[in-house]
Amino acid sequence: MTSRLPRTKGGFNFDNHVRNTMMEGKGLCLPKATKTGTTIVGLIYKDGLVLGADTRATAGPIVADKNCEKIHYLAPNMYCCGAGTAADTEMTTALISSQLELHRLSTGRQARVVTAMTLLKQMLFKYQGHIGAALILGGVDLNGPHLYTIYPHGSTDKLPYVTMGSGSLAAMSVFESRFKADMEREEAITLVKDAIEAGIFNDLGSGSNVDVVVISKDNVEVLRNYAKPNERGIKEASYKYPRGATQVLKTSIRDLVDIKETVQATTTEAMDIS
Amino acid sequence: MNSIYQAAIDHPVSVPIEHRFDPYVDNGGTLLSIAGEDFCVVAADTRQSEGYSINSRYVPKSVKLSDKTVISMGGCYADCLTLTKRIQQSMEWYHHAHGKTMSTAAVAQMLSIMLYQKRFFPFYSWCILGGLDEEGKGAVYTYDPVGSYERESCRCAGSASSLIQPFLDNQIMFKNQETLKKNLPLDHVLRITKDSFTSATERDIYTGDYLEIFVITKNGVEIQKMDLKKD
Repeated sequence: MTSRLPRTKGGFNFDNHVRNTMMEGKGLCLPKATKTGTTIVGLIYKDGLVLGADTRATAGPIVADKNCEKIHYLAPNMYCCGAGTAADTEMTTALISSQLELHRLSTGRQARVVTAMTLLKQMLFKYQGHIGAALILGGVDLNGPHLYTIYPHGSTDKLPYVTMGSGSLAAMSVFESRFKADMEREEAITLVKDAIEAGIFNDLGSGSNVDVVVISKDNVEVLRNYAKPNERGIKEASYKYPRGATQVLKTSIRDLVDIKETVQATTTEAMDIS
Repeated sequence: MNSIYQAAIDHPVSVPIEHRFDPYVDNGGTLLSIAGEDFCVVAADTRQSEGYSINSRYVPKSVKLSDKTVISMGGCYADCLTLTKRIQQSMEWYHHAHGKTMSTAAVAQMLSIMLYQKRFFPFYSWCILGGLDEEGKGAVYTYDPVGSYERESCRCAGSASSLIQPFLDNQIMFKNQETLKKNLPLDHVLRITKDSFTSATERDIYTGDYLEIFVITKNGVEIQKMDLKKD
């Protein structure tokens, strides 16, 4: 069926750009996007790689979400940690995830990590840094484990251990002091957990819990809330309002419908039952 | 980039480039004070931060000035330190000159003057003065950075003030539940104080680490400490 309305072609809509620039010039404050002031990390161990992330999302000085997910699914063998503007990291990874699935169906092969990396960097470079997504891409394919960092302008690094986000310095200090090549699984997870916790406790943009994803040759483990080092204590008092707490300032009862009852005599004829 | 700088780059001789000295930083943190019938509670967290970094997990914001008066300050820590020193020195001189300790009301008036003296280069500090008045009743004096002050029954200031103040208005001043209005006992005020800070720590990134509570009664000043979350 054809529509009379023009079909949306997808992509970004810049209709309001000129108007918004004009309004900003006149002193309008445009709404701020939620930033995930974040700690995200990844490292390669003996059989694969481990990704880690904290779970705090901030809007300025306020915590917007205490338990958000920052490790996004890309493909069965690939996950991607996102730092920066929350919407950008979510939409970018979802878009590339979709493209990778189509690629897998058309080639009949499991997608490679370089393919995902190239798709992501080409998209981010195209938008010249306006898509505020700082990513850590990790996956295992036929060539083994691969770990990349992708910056918002589209540059990439391929390294055995990486950190990103506002807590990257705190996390990297843990990696720099304790990283070894070919670690065992447990040791690698503990190091990732400690790196994220360094971010959680020393960076104000990061907080709450630790999420971990472990990817090896033919196994993926999503360890959501692997560590919870910041449980809230019990409140000291109860804040249940007793009945009648609110003062009654005025009472007015009105009859909105006037109900009148009348009795009407019905015909005395017997009912026809023939 | 600031448009004035861009203009200076485009036309090097048309616009003067200003080089400014920016002497203020916001070191975050939250403080509150609640006046009771015969006591006063002054509480503050002890985190000192700058941007996304924690400078220290334990830097007290409150200082005991006398057996009847406690001052608590937030904002720019350097300014708060200097202001506290000035208050303490003036109180010492007053003691030497008059042979008695300054009353809470007198310290309150003096602090207002000290702040207004720097009207055009202000101390970046949010002050709350808590204590007992001449009749032994709880008193809370609150200030803006240039010395406007007022005696109130409770007040919260600093980074989480917009989160805590509405809670205090409801629970301490009984706003919107006027039928239950009464004088609160000390133990209940302490419970509300602790819950205010644990809740603010959940949502304000600049509040946390430890809570320090000063309780002022006719027997003097008692200090309580408790843990807050450190993330």
